Amino acid sequence: MEITVTINGQARTSEVQPRKLLVDYIRTDAELTGTHIGCDTTSCGACTVLLDGVPVKSCTVFAVQANGKSVTTVEGLKQNGRLHPIQDAFKEYHGLQCGFCTPAMMLVGTALLEKNPDPSEDDVRWAISGNICRCTGYVNIVKSIQGAGKAIQALASGQAS
Amino acid sequence: MTTTHDQLSTSAEIGGIGHRVRRVEDARFIQGAGNYLDDIKLPGMLHMAILRSPVAHAKILSIDTADALALPGVVAVITGADLEGYNLAWMPTLSGDTQAVLATDKVRFQGQEVAAVIAEDPYTAEDALALIFVDYDDLPAVTNPRQAMEEGAPVIRDDKEGKTDNIVYHWEAGDKELTDRAFAEADVVVSLDTHYPRSHPAPLETCGAVADVNPATGKATIYLTSQAPHAHRTLFALVAGLPEQNIRIISPDIGGGFGNKVPIYPGYVVATAASLVIGKPVKWVESRTENLISTGFARDFHMHGELAVSREGRILGMRTHIWSDQGAFYADAQPSKFRAGLFHICTGSYDFPAAHVVADGAYTNKAPGGVAYRCSFRVTEASYLIERLVQNAAYELGIDPAEFRMKNFIRPEQFPYHSPTGFVYDSGDYHTALQKALDAVDYPNLLKEQEEARQEGRYMGIGIASFTEVVGAGNSRDYDIVGLKMFDSAELRIHPTGKAILKLGVRTQGQGHETTFAQIVANELGIPVTDIAVVEGDTDNTPYGLGTYASRSTPVGGAATAVISRKLREKARKLAAHLLEASDEDLEWEPGRFYIKGAPDKGVTIQDVAFAAYTNMPEGMEPGLEGVHYYDPPNMTYPFGSYVVVVEVDPETGVWKVLRMIAVDDCGVRINPMIVEGQITGGLTEGFAKASMQWITFDDDGNCIGSNLMDYLIPTAWETPRFELDETVTPSPHHPIGAKGVGESATVGSPAAYVNAVIDALRPFGITNIDMPVLPHRVWSAVREAQAG
Repeated sequence: MEITVTINGQARTSEVQPRKLLVDYIRTDAELTGTHIGCDTTSCGACTVLLDGVPVKSCTVFAVQANGKSVTTVEGLKQNGRLHPIQDAFKEYHGLQCGFCTPAMMLVGTALLEKNPDPSEDDVRWAISGNICRCTGYVNIVKSIQGAGKAIQALASGQAS
Repeated sequence: MTTTHDQLSTSAEIGGIGHRVRRVEDARFIQGAGNYLDDIKLPGMLHMAILRSPVAHAKILSIDTADALALPGVVAVITGADLEGYNLAWMPTLSGDTQAVLATDKVRFQGQEVAAVIAEDPYTAEDALALIFVDYDDLPAVTNPRQAMEEGAPVIRDDKEGKTDNIVYHWEAGDKELTDRAFAEADVVVSLDTHYPRSHPAPLETCGAVADVNPATGKATIYLTSQAPHAHRTLFALVAGLPEQNIRIISPDIGGGFGNKVPIYPGYVVATAASLVIGKPVKWVESRTENLISTGFARDFHMHGELAVSREGRILGMRTHIWSDQGAFYADAQPSKFRAGLFHICTGSYDFPAAHVVADGAYTNKAPGGVAYRCSFRVTEASYLIERLVQNAAYELGIDPAEFRMKNFIRPEQFPYHSPTGFVYDSGDYHTALQKALDAVDYPNLLKEQEEARQEGRYMGIGIASFTEVVGAGNSRDYDIVGLKMFDSAELRIHPTGKAILKLGVRTQGQGHETTFAQIVANELGIPVTDIAVVEGDTDNTPYGLGTYASRSTPVGGAATAVISRKLREKARKLAAHLLEASDEDLEWEPGRFYIKGAPDKGVTIQDVAFAAYTNMPEGMEPGLEGVHYYDPPNMTYPFGSYVVVVEVDPETGVWKVLRMIAVDDCGVRINPMIVEGQITGGLTEGFAKASMQWITFDDDGNCIGSNLMDYLIPTAWETPRFELDETVTPSPHHPIGAKGVGESATVGSPAAYVNAVIDALRPFGITNIDMPVLPHRVWSAVREAQAG
């Protein structure tokens, strides 16, 4: 099947098998390996990407279902050569160890912050509860997402004034 | 007693020991630019998938691969019979046993490797698996070590000549006679039977390999999810008969290990054999189910423990017998002298003269492994048993569990402390750590609160665990893995421009080595962390070492780093003396700079010296500023801590909730407190996981219940408790920078604290034990049984 998917702002048209998973399409066809695979039961969330801005687990979406839609992966977070505030925050608050869950955690975090710029600890914990981390115990992931929220707000108020 | 802040001897710009330096490695991970195993793509690369046994124990009558081979896109189908032709159907394990690579005679656990398909793409490889037909003749399954040791149990390892039972080992430690006497003199004997359940490390990245054997040169470059790349290279040489100089193991970025990536798995060997025969690179990445059902499990100890205690509250002795479920192949990664790992550290933080340990290992029809899951060789099981026993002993004597611990702790002046099972504890201050944790919860008030809650019909529980770990193997005299002595190494090169590259035999999997080991060099030489690259995981480009597990990187690799830095500093001193036209005894050192005694403005920086090492060395001096050091530790390090958990249990539903979790950890000098704290919160979560939900279990036929992440429960952010951290700092007296390992302390120490808290809450019912995981239905059932009397 021919599909057109806009990945990180770039439209991409190609032939894919109907059974091809979106995660394999992203990793193999589009060669964007920042999206990871951690399980095969939609449990771990390592493959989370944004599909039209909404977090989805790309191991449970067929590539053909993304036809005509836009996908954001970790590689799309950086804008105009500058890291997204959530990327800075994960480093600043030591929100990662092995780094395998990190791209997904950051994308879920950005989606949360879009809706809720100043989330409580519980808000963040609930938002990332579809994503497993084996290293950190989540403490610093929560701090990173909250810290990013504050940074985004500060940036916005700086631009407004 | 010192605090972390007293350790700061370098500026924030240099970023030596004690600084919360932000991690160097993060830059690539936050941009999705890490390079994990599955990200590797080589020209012409083929893909492998493995067919696994659907049953736990069966004879293989036939394997028909014709239909699979006929599928377009399939390049080869490999069976055990094919491997036999290369003498590769069996391989040695890290414990000196043998393990089937692809089954030939029979299958011995559900999920065992039976055949492999090599295809042009991964989807085709999976498709072809469904076209392989295997005729099995079922045999009865053995799923428990006690059952395995019974007379007449089906013999699992009939491949071993003359083997007529399922016994793997019988091992003892301590003094039986002395212990028997202690028990004869005891006023009270407290006993506990419990099962430390089978668990799986389940790193978020599964295991895999990309084998690339160059048909022209014979050079085998094998990308491997490996915590121990050098040891794996040597084993590959021994298994596959390849000359070791022609094997290059590259362990790329590792998405968590926790012991799961210590063993060599059949998939690695088959992929390498396939690449060798086909002449193209072959990639194999296991699925999560494959990871959970076939690769290194952990724990699975059936434990009986007894404490002999005096009426006054002194522990007199300990006796324990454990039955270890080894699965179908003895594939533990234990030091060869110690068949039950370091379980004999089971006297814990307490001073008493007599202990005796009996350990029996048995084969069962379950996956092999027995890896130290975020743990130093079975110290987790040991710590759990003593901490549970101590609580029950305190209850039996009517003494508060905190007071009972304080009374029996090894005292600070007793270090180095010789334990009754042969360990020499390097340093500790257990009273201070526990007191700090008790103060944090305002223990006297908390006890009152608990009493009031009980009167209101609420079941609040307080659990303590005061653990001692033993980490950082070896010395080489006592510790080896299949004969390879447990030392480690560091090679440091200082470039002419004063920048440095540090190469290590250990392999980070998220612990932050690229930052912390640079901090050690920064501390010793004054070169800023940002000027130091750390390289690990490529056997062609790093010195030999045994790898990263059992919290050994900082105790051994970190020590090697400090020593080689100091050696280079001594050479640098001579170069500085030459530059300053002074005698080297007349020089003083401050981080990053030598100067003339009494004339601090007359000096040269380490960067000046580095340049001189290549451009202006004195007559007769060997050029360059680099060296390698192999560090053989004089002893293990003994991190410790005290954890206090407060829970509330609902006896109507069996649900329990952590109200507070206080963790006071002492890992000696903290190189990077930020990273240490991250290790601890991660470990506390894994401890909670084991206490509350995480286990791999089997039905009587040997079917694995827990073969995916819907059945094998791992806590998410929502279930994970909040933690309150504190520290004491008791440096290791024998480690060059006073550091101890820390990556596993919290996984080792915390399970007993959580379980002790639940048991404490249920004291009014007279409940003294619930096995892990303490699932709500187990709590509910225990309460119902207690009420029924």
